[in-house]
Amino acid sequence: MIDSPRDADAPRTGRRYGLVVLLFVALGGALSFALARTRWWLPPGASTQAAEIDRLFTTTLIVTGIVFVLVHIFLAVLIWQGGRRTAPAAYWHDNRTLELTYTLAPAAILVTLIAMGAVVWARVHAAPPPDALVVEVRAEQFGWVFRYPGADGQFGRTDATRFLTRDNPLGIDPTDPAGRDDIVARELHLIAGRPVHIRLSAKDVLHSFFVPQFRVKQDAVPGMVQSVVFEPTRAGTYEIACAELCGVGHYIMRGKVVVETRGAFETWLAAQQPFAP
Amino acid sequence: MTVTHEAHPGHRQSFLTRYIFSQDHKIIGLQYLFTSLFMAVVGGFLAMLIRMQLGFPTAKFYWAQWLFPGGFANNQIKPDFYLAVVTMHGTIMIFFVLTTALSGGFGNFLIPLQIGARDMAFPFMNMLSYWLYPPAIVVLLLSFFVSGGAPNAGWTSYPPLSALPNAAPGSGLGQTLWLISLAILIVAFLFGSLNYITTILQLRARGMSLLRMPLTIWGLLFTAILMLLSFPVLFAAAIMLLFDRLGGTSFFVPAGLVVGNTVIQHAGGSPLLWQHLFWFLGHPEVYVLILPPMGIVSEVLATHARKPIFGYPFMVGSMAAISFLSFVVWGHHMFVSGMHPLVGMAFMTTTLAIAIPSAVKTFNWLATLWRARIRFTTAMMFAIGFISLFVTGGLTGIFLGSPAIDIYVHDTYFVVAHFHFVMASAALFGIFAGTYHWFPKMFGRFMNERLGKWHFWLTFIGIYLTFFPMHFAGIAGMMRRIFSTGLYAHLQGLAWVNIFISLAAFMLGAAQLLFIWNLFASLVRGQRAPANPWGATTLEWQTSSPPPHGNFPGALPEVHRWPYDYSVPGAPEDFIPQTVPVTAVPAPVHGGSGEGPPGGKGQ
Repeated sequence: MIDSPRDADAPRTGRRYGLVVLLFVALGGALSFALARTRWWLPPGASTQAAEIDRLFTTTLIVTGIVFVLVHIFLAVLIWQGGRRTAPAAYWHDNRTLELTYTLAPAAILVTLIAMGAVVWARVHAAPPPDALVVEVRAEQFGWVFRYPGADGQFGRTDATRFLTRDNPLGIDPTDPAGRDDIVARELHLIAGRPVHIRLSAKDVLHSFFVPQFRVKQDAVPGMVQSVVFEPTRAGTYEIACAELCGVGHYIMRGKVVVETRGAFETWLAAQQPFAP
Repeated sequence: MTVTHEAHPGHRQSFLTRYIFSQDHKIIGLQYLFTSLFMAVVGGFLAMLIRMQLGFPTAKFYWAQWLFPGGFANNQIKPDFYLAVVTMHGTIMIFFVLTTALSGGFGNFLIPLQIGARDMAFPFMNMLSYWLYPPAIVVLLLSFFVSGGAPNAGWTSYPPLSALPNAAPGSGLGQTLWLISLAILIVAFLFGSLNYITTILQLRARGMSLLRMPLTIWGLLFTAILMLLSFPVLFAAAIMLLFDRLGGTSFFVPAGLVVGNTVIQHAGGSPLLWQHLFWFLGHPEVYVLILPPMGIVSEVLATHARKPIFGYPFMVGSMAAISFLSFVVWGHHMFVSGMHPLVGMAFMTTTLAIAIPSAVKTFNWLATLWRARIRFTTAMMFAIGFISLFVTGGLTGIFLGSPAIDIYVHDTYFVVAHFHFVMASAALFGIFAGTYHWFPKMFGRFMNERLGKWHFWLTFIGIYLTFFPMHFAGIAGMMRRIFSTGLYAHLQGLAWVNIFISLAAFMLGAAQLLFIWNLFASLVRGQRAPANPWGATTLEWQTSSPPPHGNFPGALPEVHRWPYDYSVPGAPEDFIPQTVPVTAVPAPVHGGSGEGPPGGKGQ
């Protein structure tokens, strides 16, 4: 039998190891979350779904946090005691009741979390309300283009492979009358308190529309149009980040969202140049 | 095979057939382990480059520019090279280090020894399996030196970025080489997994019924099944992507794309198809990396706690449940990718269901430690550390499995933190526990325990310091694979977090040099080890260290009891090897030790 570590060393190592698990992992883990909350945390939410997602996040954090701390305390105690034991280990390896308990208890907790998560998920993906502001967002290497339907409420046809020019970054078909009053912008303007229905597409590769404060993230997939529905609640200026790797300029693919009052929005919209005035 | 193996007339081994083109599973296992170690050094070095950039984005690294003249400009890493480094780090660590070390290394070394066989069922195919691995490495690393450089579409290689050569610098020849390399490696994995399954099912020693197999073998068996069923899907996807890139097909590229100012001629494909095919492999792959460590850790815990593993049937059952469920959860990687939301709901349910067998395993390990008499060997300390890392990583998985929360944390550092705990660090701890535990069997010498302890403490603490704060970066919204956080307002506060993580990562990286030193130094001048230094019960410890060609001198062992008869009351020693007949030392309680189906295939 190997003489290192000698059984005599076991109590010391067990104490040290148990303390590290207890203080460094369990306590340190919990405290670092408390510290992080003050400085490196979810940016303040600015949409109705942000509130719901944050609540779910917090609930999950509390549940998993309790499990994390308890399991590590238990582990620390086991290590501490297992190192000091001089009697032979227990010959004990089956207890159906115990095993069923710790199969069913996590199952019950998970079913609860699944149910809560399903409710929020379903609400986030509900059909857009009829009064939602409809905006088209197109992602490209490495920026964002936005289109509003203009006075007629209709988007004109687009075909990037035929009509794309520097003045027509979306490739709107000039022969389609519905497209003549479309407004193409380089900033996204939204109205505080009014739901928005974003129709998201990509010109070249995968991108991901991510506005941290809205708790909104959706991949833009070439060849598909994704619906993103949310309601901004707080006026202000926010950033759009690209969350999907899209090439060398991935890290500079930044966009701007301005959430404002209806009046300010109308003023901004009126100042924009329609596609074919 | 079988009994007469050693007595082959004319079975002479030259240096070349013994150590290079060997068909002996033990040598092949070691070849896999040492080659994986080489790749781990490469992959770990790339990780340090990533942390240099994220922690110290304005610092100048003269030596790095000298080393990578193409990847650095003005002594700072270039964004395209950064993405190539990220891509290669992920690819190397997952496919070329963890999979190869666990399945190729430990799988090869342990399976015949633990089930009491002379060798693998197909030794020649086994040799081919290893010898496909170095060419795959060469092809992969070549991509650093071709025009456009290494691929930079991430280890997931999502098209269209990876399908269109003009979409990014590394999407040229580098990406093609990546696909070819992976295809070669997959063939190696398939040879291996066929071998493992056949060997385990057909070559068990007399008396080795399925429910008397050590949990390591169970872990490796389920892993082999996962590999056999999931890797061909990635193989097909890789070939399809090669066709898209080189043959003008359009599996993954839809119509109407314009890259730069060039109209793409493809029409009719779907980028989501790749994601489905990729994650159909990609998710089981996570368990390919974690099931063998689960087995190894169970083994090490029982041996060094001097206690039977708790709940053996539940342990096997939960591995089976995890393996099955791992095939129906891939969609949780695609919650925000454009899949239908109702499908997301289904994947949420299956994903969170997989937490139940995982919890069962964790509690069973804890119960194994209860009233144990723990010997704090380095192997044992890594095995206990595994439990901690697995719990921490597993709990954050619940956030990602819930699609509503995933909307926010998807593709942020929260994900990076999660999988570095649960499949990178935990898998690595399984490898370390296994290495310290079986090193005496592999080489007949001990590794240095003192260095081993240092290695353990620095690694355990280093992992927590490195990966735990990544959760906070993710919660603050830091995107994954982002080259620099400088531009975004919501990431401005993260500079210090990233410096902290980088410093911890450098310490973690340096600590691994201790391990490498210990490994090679112990090979040469480690203390000599007897056949069964830990007082273990399984078959590999009942033969000499290292075992001879053919594993067991004389007749093959016969198995009479389950593998975990530790501290049986009334027994003269605190362990009873599997080969000891029940009549010799009665086993008082457990069905697995006395009665039970007389099993095994025999010879």
